[in-house]
Amino acid sequence: MLLVFIETREGRIKKSSFEALGEAGRRAAELGTTVGAALVGPAEAGLDAELFARGAGKVYRLENALLGDYSAQGYALALKAFVDDVQPAAVFFAATAMGKDLAPRLAARLNVAMASDCTKVAAAGGRLEFTRPVYAGKAIVTVALKSTPQIATLRPNIFAPAAPQAGASGETAVTAVEIPGGAIGGRVAEILKESGEEIDVAEAEVIISGGRGLKGPENFALLKDLSAIIPRSAVGASRSAVDSGWIGHSHQVGQTGKTVSPNLYIAVGISGAIQHLAGMSSSKVIVAVNKDAEAPIFKVADYGIVGDLFQVLPALKEELKKLYAE
Amino acid sequence: MNILVFVKRVPDTESKIRVNPGQVTVLSVGPDATTTVLKKCLAMGADEAVLIKDEAKETYDGLRIARLIAAAVRKRYPQFDLLLFGKQSVGADNAQVPAMVAEFLGLPQANVAVKLEIEAAQGTARREIEGAAEKVVFNLPAVVSAQKGLNEPRYETLKGIMAAKRKVIPVLTFEDLGLTPDDVASRVEVVKIETPAARQAGKIIPGTPEEAAKALAGLLRGEAKVL
Repeated sequence: MLLVFIETREGRIKKSSFEALGEAGRRAAELGTTVGAALVGPAEAGLDAELFARGAGKVYRLENALLGDYSAQGYALALKAFVDDVQPAAVFFAATAMGKDLAPRLAARLNVAMASDCTKVAAAGGRLEFTRPVYAGKAIVTVALKSTPQIATLRPNIFAPAAPQAGASGETAVTAVEIPGGAIGGRVAEILKESGEEIDVAEAEVIISGGRGLKGPENFALLKDLSAIIPRSAVGASRSAVDSGWIGHSHQVGQTGKTVSPNLYIAVGISGAIQHLAGMSSSKVIVAVNKDAEAPIFKVADYGIVGDLFQVLPALKEELKKLYAE
Repeated sequence: MNILVFVKRVPDTESKIRVNPGQVTVLSVGPDATTTVLKKCLAMGADEAVLIKDEAKETYDGLRIARLIAAAVRKRYPQFDLLLFGKQSVGADNAQVPAMVAEFLGLPQANVAVKLEIEAAQGTARREIEGAAEKVVFNLPAVVSAQKGLNEPRYETLKGIMAAKRKVIPVLTFEDLGLTPDDVASRVEVVKIETPAARQAGKIIPGTPEEAAKALAGLLRGEAKVL
């Protein structure tokens, strides 16, 4: 079995978990094995049906009142006991803030190696091979894990979720997890919503990012104008814009910010330092707007406009308005 | 308060963290050349530095490094309050070691922290998640890994550099830590390493800003199909 950890937020399954489930389904078909989905902590009843529809053969619910708040310790403990029991060949996580926090903890508890932030998974000779960017994206390594289960986190927005199958059904197994007293020494006490209903850059389908070329914090309004027109979009920023205090760190894309792979990444006034490229070069389509024709960002851009962003962006806003009005 | 800070020698810059009170010990895993990084940490104000000697080339196996660190902490530094790491190294880009060390030592963790407060035997950290931030509360001792912004690294002072020169950096070997060859064997097999496929040179869209904007919107919808 390939097991997928299912992450929920406010009672809903994260899109990146469906992506991991979709990838597990494709690889399981090649390896001739099954796919299980693990829900840790209290989760609403309707979620099982969604997971069956998206390719889970079986849903495992790991329950204990202490798993209500996320803690890496508590979740790793619950998953370890369960993995010992069902012996999956691999455990996949989405490489989200939670997945990146939890997966290595589980790997250590199981004493197995893992592959982080994978952009490709392949079944080769009866085992899995994981491909991932290293050295800030300057190299791509493909690894196999010599310990079992093979643990991997999968970069969000890279892998396709399975198309939902209406009427799919499966079996749910509920396990009461035993957690000894004192086993959990830390927990998430509070989730602080920062930005209302804004979409985070890590989850947006389109990102419009600004850099030093914006010249000041007030000009991020130009990017927000575009974002207001494009559905599922978010405003990002380069390190220099964030370091200048023009926009909050939660918007930063790159080595010291977030890693993103949107369908469309529009880099505005960003030169394209290697640390920035590390965070966005797996975007599907990249657009660069920069007045410097020699800026390195043009080397990775699918479409480039060499020009003054203060003229290009208002014109682009008008064009997008027309496009979405059609 | 006793704090152990873990640094890694990397090809490029990496944020280092410094904390004020108590005893700060900096540890790193790597070959002899790593002492240059440790000297720098001493010059920045760390009280003591230790090298866990490891001649292995990059294995991409975070578990292996975590095992070395956990062994060193158990054997040499049983008294500590806080273990500090960077969120990930430029290189393997694993972001695995802090959580693995926390698990090996049975400690709570707060990874990718942008803010950290310590009061008595409890810590509070803020970490950014998708569209929000988490407030993590934990008991000490604990493992914390730093995201950029947790702290501004201080500069090396001339006095610090001179003092660092005179300091001896103890070296711990696998034998010192009681580790067997099996303990330090990598469980990651590197199948291949490639340079990333170069993205095809893109189209530069000519014309006035208005013409270029119109052409771009058309291409993004018609050709790229992303709008």
